[in-house]
Amino acid sequence: MSEKKKGNPKSNKSTGLPRKRFYRARAHSNPLSDSHFPVPIAPSQVDYSLHYPHFFPSDETCNENCNSTINPEASILKPHSKKIQFADIGCGFGGLLISLSTLFPETLMIGMEIRDKVTEYVKERILALREANPGQYQNVSVVRTNSMKYIPNFFEKAQLSKMFFLFPDPHFKEKNHRRRVISPHLLDEYAYTLEVGGIIYTITDVEELGEWMKDCLEGHPLFEAIPEKELDSDPVVKLLSSATEEGQKVARNGGQTYLAVYRRIAISGTENGE
Amino acid sequence: MEETLIEEGGDVNREIEVAPALISVHPLEKSVAVAIGSQLRVYDLQGDCNVNLVDDSGGNLHSGSIRAICYGSKGRLFSSAGDDKLVKIWSTDSWHCTRTVCSEKRVSAVAISPDGLFVSYADKFGVVWVVALDGTSSEANDKAAPLFAHYCSIITSLEFAPDGRFIVSADRDFKIRVTVFPNKPISGAHEIQSFCLGHTEFVSCMAFVSTPEYPQGFLLSGSGDSTVRLWDVTSGSLLDTCEVAAEAGLLESNEKEDMFSPAVTDICASPDGSVVAVAIQRQVPQHFLLPLCVITNKVVSMGEIFIPTSLGLSSSPEHLWMITGASNLPALDDPSFARVRVISGLLKESPDSGQDDPILLEDSKIPGGERLLEKLQGSVSIVKEEQTLAAAAEAVKTAMCNLLIKRQYSSEKRELRKRSRNDRKQKQ
Ligand SMILES: C[S@@+](CC[C@H](N)C(=O)[O-])C[C@H]1O[C@@H](n2cnc3c(N)ncnc32)[C@H](O)[C@@H]1O
Repeated sequence: MSEKKKGNPKSNKSTGLPRKRFYRARAHSNPLSDSHFPVPIAPSQVDYSLHYPHFFPSDETCNENCNSTINPEASILKPHSKKIQFADIGCGFGGLLISLSTLFPETLMIGMEIRDKVTEYVKERILALREANPGQYQNVSVVRTNSMKYIPNFFEKAQLSKMFFLFPDPHFKEKNHRRRVISPHLLDEYAYTLEVGGIIYTITDVEELGEWMKDCLEGHPLFEAIPEKELDSDPVVKLLSSATEEGQKVARNGGQTYLAVYRRIAISGTENGE
Repeated sequence: MEETLIEEGGDVNREIEVAPALISVHPLEKSVAVAIGSQLRVYDLQGDCNVNLVDDSGGNLHSGSIRAICYGSKGRLFSSAGDDKLVKIWSTDSWHCTRTVCSEKRVSAVAISPDGLFVSYADKFGVVWVVALDGTSSEANDKAAPLFAHYCSIITSLEFAPDGRFIVSADRDFKIRVTVFPNKPISGAHEIQSFCLGHTEFVSCMAFVSTPEYPQGFLLSGSGDSTVRLWDVTSGSLLDTCEVAAEAGLLESNEKEDMFSPAVTDICASPDGSVVAVAIQRQVPQHFLLPLCVITNKVVSMGEIFIPTSLGLSSSPEHLWMITGASNLPALDDPSFARVRVISGLLKESPDSGQDDPILLEDSKIPGGERLLEKLQGSVSIVKEEQTLAAAAEAVKTAMCNLLIKRQYSSEKRELRKRSRNDRKQKQ
């Protein structure tokens, strides 16, 4: 992220934005395989100064004048004064994040993406936008990881207020259902990560998957459906089908979409072991 | 491109099913149980006699390697489970198997709730299941219900908090998850209390200790990162880290550091935490193993090639029971090999009582004596030759690696692949 981009050959000359065709990747990754990227040991170890240098100037830059020795761990171990609140899971090319960034300029948000090249693309895209629009897009970043395994490594309990699952891979075959990013077991983790009142947004153009996601959420004791009326007034809902690359593709082809938006609720007295 | 290591439940890449020997001690030291391969052997210390296991549940005895055994905290129940996908529940008065539950997958860990009402087990897909034990064995009761899951990571250890509020699960992805154990576990456990994150390698073992002031207890965990860590499970915060190798005095010599990060393979603690025993694997250049036990800052070197594969301790921790061994050892005449040893004098009576160091008991001095050894080891005059022990040590190491650190030997391949990847070349 730190590289200064000057004349990146993969960028469009006039806009400075990276061109997607240089970042083409395989259509799907297998989320069950053990992948090889660094994973933070715990949320406190996520280096916010790498992701959001504007909000978290690294010690190096603020200490430039004084010649004190720099403890590389200091910035990491210091509790974060501001925390990531939105996560776009399987963010793809990052369209949603880019839209959310200006809509919620003070909220830190991150995309999680398992494909290497796609993640690289989003990084370049954000850097280019930051450069072209000084002061903007400082609150958005992306990380390459397997969200199905490592969400607790990035976020503390009740840290997030919004989680997005837009056009996730459908994994049609019954035996592959356990690869789906929305599943009864994984919802336990998402419930842990979301604050009470936090919202989980899902959308797909695959009817069967839409049913599945709705059923999973409906059956989970820690989530409740958000009434239509409320959805109409939520500015984020409009972005779900329009802001991402996948959403735009579906819209171009006139495809139907299936939405499930649920709120994280507190555990009811009878459920828990108290 | 990416590896599919645990794609089909972690069974890819496995060679021979070498299974480490396990040992477990009744909380009041009424009996000792050993699992070696598919065999379960129990010795009754109270009656000083062998136990004949009787299976009332209509099933067979285990037909595959047993991977997990445990006593309930009151000692009334015992459970065994493993590769044959059977979870057996035994009543320890009569040593009758009262219940056999069929798992869909191989079983990697098992635990009994403190109230003795539930047995929980983890399968090779990382799914944790629960079985209700209350009396009537109705159709619905006989089947296990899914409780929660770790996403496709093999669960290495499962423990209930002493007050029964939480069930804690550890996996090969450095993760410890603390889940609220609900009133109606049959409909799943959805509330995660915390994650205990800090280990940098697989977590191999866990144990709870509690004090009168803190009845909810503290959790101890051991890992391939060569540390034992102490956690507050309610918040998931790390309270202390013990670098076991340093504690055991292994780091004094100036040898290369990575040679000296022995994996912690088992931990056991008396319920009040007065005794904590840790088994570690120390690897030296020739892939040779030197075993050591660390007991509350006392290092008991075993003085011979003895890598405990499992440890056992009763509530009043007079004796530390250890076993080394494995089933299906290819190099040996007897493919199942087990050696039981006992350390006594763990509790310092009073500062001036003279006797201060724990001692390794001779075979004739251990509770149950040679009769017990004959039962649990399969023979008294267990191989004394260095060679056999060394071969066993090697095999046991393989077994432990298969179980815990499968990903390690893919690291070279990983490097290779990284270097040959095209997308990297575009950078710069
Ligand atoms: C069909 S795309 C949708 C992308 C984006 N949300 C959109 O609407 O345009 C699904 C994305 O999820 C990513 N993905 C799949 N499994 C993942 C996982 N376990 N962790 C992180 N990302 C994952 C894929 O690589 C892919 O980019």
